[in-house]
Amino acid sequence: MALRSLAGRAAVVFRLRCAPSSLAFSSHSPFSTAVVLDDLKYAKTHEWVRVEGDCGVVGITHHAQEELGDVVFVDLPEVGRQVAKGESFGVVESVKAASDIYSPISGEVVAVNSELADSPALVNKGPFDEGWIMKVKLEDNEEVCSLLGAEKYRQLLGVSTH
Amino acid sequence: MKLLRLQGFPILQQLYLEERLLRATTHNWCLINQGTNPPAIVVGISGKPEKLLDVKAVLQDNIPVIRRFSGGGTVIVDTDTVFVTLICRRDAVTLPDLYPRPIMEWTEHLYLPAFQTVPRFHLLEHDYVLGDKKFGGNAQSIIKDRFLHHTSFLWDYQDFRMAYLKLPQRAPTYRLARPHSDFICRLKDYMPSREAFADYIVKAFERQFCLQEISLDEVEKTQPSSVPHITSTQIFTTADLQQSIMPLIVKG
Repeated sequence: MALRSLAGRAAVVFRLRCAPSSLAFSSHSPFSTAVVLDDLKYAKTHEWVRVEGDCGVVGITHHAQEELGDVVFVDLPEVGRQVAKGESFGVVESVKAASDIYSPISGEVVAVNSELADSPALVNKGPFDEGWIMKVKLEDNEEVCSLLGAEKYRQLLGVSTH
Repeated sequence: MKLLRLQGFPILQQLYLEERLLRATTHNWCLINQGTNPPAIVVGISGKPEKLLDVKAVLQDNIPVIRRFSGGGTVIVDTDTVFVTLICRRDAVTLPDLYPRPIMEWTEHLYLPAFQTVPRFHLLEHDYVLGDKKFGGNAQSIIKDRFLHHTSFLWDYQDFRMAYLKLPQRAPTYRLARPHSDFICRLKDYMPSREAFADYIVKAFERQFCLQEISLDEVEKTQPSSVPHITSTQIFTTADLQQSIMPLIVKG
């Protein structure tokens, strides 16, 4: 339900026309209908960053959670740990697979979403909000600028804007 | 693809090796290990012994419990298990992206020729089955531009060992709450010999890869363990296992 209202907001903002049933990414369709939010920056490895003051909030994208399937475990980094842009900072388990997740930014981890310990499915339910994974104190704002904007990320996914 | 054939290689060492070959090398690999000794229980990356095992029995019988770096469920492995592992670069497979389901489907097609003589081999939910009976556990680890897919095939198994495993909380729909004995089957009932099975697998993989056999010594020389990499494989100590059931003992 949360995802449907999120999709509705996204559809209004981006003039996407997608019926709820078409939210699911189809590897057979020429275009993805994954949800992409305009106010985020994206890594090619399908993580997102939202800048909040001098911190970046990090999670995995709607596309990623859909492709991974039901998330059953998130290996969270420790608060206080240093993460580096492009390096693995944790693991998401789904469908018998442990998939590395990569930090889009460098800095110190100042918070992790402890709700994910008992409710890893929040990553599927709300990948851009309640499924956030960590907050990082930004070391270099330039790193954020070098990430993909929403339009470039949509192009990467082949998201149709028609 | 480099092919490494092992015999009775301890599963803990195999998992350390696999993690190293996945994370610290750029080659494609196939490992085939015929059995492991002593028997061991292997849980997935998020596996909790107190939820998955009869820990008291495991402690009493001194069965090693290992947490592997890949996802998925719990297996008990011994000399009757045949292990097959694939470690591939992204460019070795025709998949647009490395995600669990497409990788599983790709492996089904890869394995299909190996099971030509066996009725009803297919992928059901996320398991390799003959009909509706599982004969191998599989799991994956996916990193940037590489993935590992490993399977423990049940050549044979001992019912009493299955008793260490609880019915998992997350089970495939097709299991239908069947006990282990009704849910799994022995590959030896369908194949002429373990050696023949290994040969069928190699021939199946040769349809997609050029396999070059390599020895463990050559692997150790050319891909030394000193190369730093993330290591998640761990063995639970006796203290770890005892601690895992402490809240249950206190409650009881």
